[in-house]
Amino acid sequence: MVKLKINQKEYSVDASPDMPLLWALRDVLGLTGTKFGCGMAQCGACTVHLDGEAVRSCVTLVSRAVGKEVTTIEGLSADPTNYLQKAWLEIDVPQCGYCQSGQIMSAAVLLRENPNPTDEDIDNAMSGNICRCGTYPRIRRAIHLAAQMQREGGNGK
Amino acid sequence: MNTSRRNFLKTGAVLGSGLLISFTIPGAKKAAAASTASMLGPQSGAAFAPNAYLHITADNQILVYLAHAEMGQGIWTTLSMLIAEELDVDVNKMVVQHGDAWKPYNHTLFGIQITGGSSTTYSEFDRYRKAGATARVLLVEAAAKKFGVSPSECKTENGVVTAGGKSATYGELATEAGTLTAPADVPLRDAKEWKYIGKGVKRLDTPAKINGTAKFGMDVQFPGLLTAVVLHGPVFGAKVKSVDATKTKAIPGVKQVVQIPTGVAVLADNYWAAKKGRAALKVEWDLGPGAQVDSKAMLAAYKKLAQTPGAPASKAGNADTGMSKAAKTVEAEYSFPYLAHAPMEPLNVTIELKNGQCQIWCGTQMPGMDQVAAAKVLGLQPEQVRVNTTFLGGGFGRRATPASDFVIEAAQIIKASGKPLVKMVWAREDDVRGGFYRPAFVHNVKVGLDANGMPIAWKHNIVGQSIMEGTLFAAMIKDGIDAASVEGVADSPYVEAVPDRLVTLHSPKNEVPVLWWRSVGHTHTGMVMETIIDELAHTAGKDPLAYRQELLKEHPRHLAALNLAAEKAGWGKPVAAGRFRGIAVHESFQSYVAHVVEISLNSDGTIKVHKVVSAIDCGLAVNPDGVKAQIESGINFGVSGALLGEITLENGRVQQGNFNDYVVSRMFDTPAEIEVHIVNSTGKMGGVGEPGVPPVAPAIANAYFVATGKRLRDLPFNKTILHA
Repeated sequence: MVKLKINQKEYSVDASPDMPLLWALRDVLGLTGTKFGCGMAQCGACTVHLDGEAVRSCVTLVSRAVGKEVTTIEGLSADPTNYLQKAWLEIDVPQCGYCQSGQIMSAAVLLRENPNPTDEDIDNAMSGNICRCGTYPRIRRAIHLAAQMQREGGNGK
Repeated sequence: MNTSRRNFLKTGAVLGSGLLISFTIPGAKKAAAASTASMLGPQSGAAFAPNAYLHITADNQILVYLAHAEMGQGIWTTLSMLIAEELDVDVNKMVVQHGDAWKPYNHTLFGIQITGGSSTTYSEFDRYRKAGATARVLLVEAAAKKFGVSPSECKTENGVVTAGGKSATYGELATEAGTLTAPADVPLRDAKEWKYIGKGVKRLDTPAKINGTAKFGMDVQFPGLLTAVVLHGPVFGAKVKSVDATKTKAIPGVKQVVQIPTGVAVLADNYWAAKKGRAALKVEWDLGPGAQVDSKAMLAAYKKLAQTPGAPASKAGNADTGMSKAAKTVEAEYSFPYLAHAPMEPLNVTIELKNGQCQIWCGTQMPGMDQVAAAKVLGLQPEQVRVNTTFLGGGFGRRATPASDFVIEAAQIIKASGKPLVKMVWAREDDVRGGFYRPAFVHNVKVGLDANGMPIAWKHNIVGQSIMEGTLFAAMIKDGIDAASVEGVADSPYVEAVPDRLVTLHSPKNEVPVLWWRSVGHTHTGMVMETIIDELAHTAGKDPLAYRQELLKEHPRHLAALNLAAEKAGWGKPVAAGRFRGIAVHESFQSYVAHVVEISLNSDGTIKVHKVVSAIDCGLAVNPDGVKAQIESGINFGVSGALLGEITLENGRVQQGNFNDYVVSRMFDTPAEIEVHIVNSTGKMGGVGEPGVPPVAPAIANAYFVATGKRLRDLPFNKTILHA
């Protein structure tokens, strides 16, 4: 048994220590919002936060998550200060939608670290997340919009 | 058959019972499983057309059943809009789900249940509107009875019927409406009255797709579900000779190892254990002829073959005689590699076999064919197999496999294992190496020009594997011509205007399975036609836009797209230093798309696409922002195929395996600016899922010619540039 803290909840997980966090989340705990796309940190569909840092859960061993705060898309969605999903809705970003959990989890770290990202900042932060539907232009717009909402929200709007 | 369902079939669009038949949502698995037995066998019912698409419950739920699958293209929203428009309900309050594999959901044009050919919106445009309109007529009739007024005194708005001071919700009227006989035909609203069509709504599936709750096949879960990972042969067609699973069986969580026709399946408590188990297998293979495939040698052989004519696909006059009269000739040879679809969600199928009944959960573009294929493997009748279509994590054609390869593999696993419930999951490497690629192609084109530089003779040989050959669609091959290999050339307006022409096709065979890949034959024919035309324009000393305008003067929809894109892009006006423009226009799937691209060259000489200005004439754009989204999507898919992607084989082994070596476009590859303009058109409706792809590669290649004076004719371009 491995003890994990995920989205503010404590779990005892029946997983071998060499199991990637992705499969503990999906197959053991049933948290399927985090997606499997490549299994080798190439596509970003499995992105979650470990103590606030974006990691590719498909190559992050469960043992590395012990004692850390794990946040998945399910946890991020419950956060009222998160403007990303509002912007995603406004721009109608998703198509097939499979990669979008990972896109949003990567974008959340970008916006926290850099509240006013340029297009180049977005290229750098988001190029680890593949979208085969090619929603990239809308992801870019949505990140800019979320940044704007974040700024305006900070002004008491 | 379920009584309510039969009632539903017989009487009308509306069911009064309030019974909700949960078709597909894996989260509702208990309800679904409970109703399985009663659901089997409805396929023999003679359904009145609108009935299968709409269901209103007594508690006022408006349930929409989709004949088609949502894979990103937006039909979850568009089809619901069509019903809502006629039914007078708020589209955002509809509950949408995929329909079963069932005859009423067969494609109105193709006769099988398929989501493909960019055809959903135009093929369903009348059927889904009529489903809504029929229901509305019956609800009004029920209300009129209830209120004691005539139907003409009733009005509908937002899911409520009113007359005088009385009103009733659709739910309140559903039971009565369910007893009424549907009229044979119903009038549809005039376009002037449309609230949704042509204006559009936001996607209905966005909320679920941004918070992790949308269920894809990969997300199907049941207690006790085993995950199966399959070790496939190292080359196509390889057969298992011997298996040593000793080490595999020692891995905690591994439950079973079974041999199936396509390899060896490891069943375990979870994916990770199954994958570890697969890695520990020792399997000897009988490789067979698949081990001989070498894509480099194959393309060389194709090029040789392309020097000679094959089966005629388009013929007029005498191409040789015409060529001998030409003032100038231009000859060019093109090559296209195999391409994998690589949808973000790796292929997977969950399958249950209990008491002689089978259920399948998966993202599929062809549930009906998958149902038949699974039944055949399991010795069942098709109606004993229920297909629950989940959201598709991308399709692009890969999930519309006439061979039903992945569903058959799952059926083989459950059959061989004797287990009741298994989820088969392909790793990314299984997907990239799993075949069903866009076939590799070679084109050899020779065009004769008159003294004014206009084409008077055209000789064009095409070489590539047939997609239809060996499938249930083989009957569509006529006189040796698989239309999917020559579409976009044989019916090109440029070619058809040439008096002396001969377009021919060679369809060599090998072990590599091939399939339609977003825009099918147009993936290569669009590139060939729109670059050779550009080359002819330059040979003639004419502006590429003006040259096209002249050749397409009797093709108003090509021209409309071309002119709009050129105008919006500022064609003919100076471009920023270091930027170069290219243009292309191509018809596919009944729509006409033009792109003007702006590129620059990276320090290593490779191409960076900065901007694409696009125009589409698809006739009526039902959901305009959805149309724009699909063209944006097609542009990115096209950029991947043009600049980056290729599948190669050596000794039968696919050389790529994951996104590190099967390269697809990322955020930094995507054009920073994409503008999509929709032609205000009253033309016949066309598709939008695929037509954005074909003009991308030629527009880029034409811009590259402006930049360098060099013609790119071998894909992917960036590899060709680096190896030049």
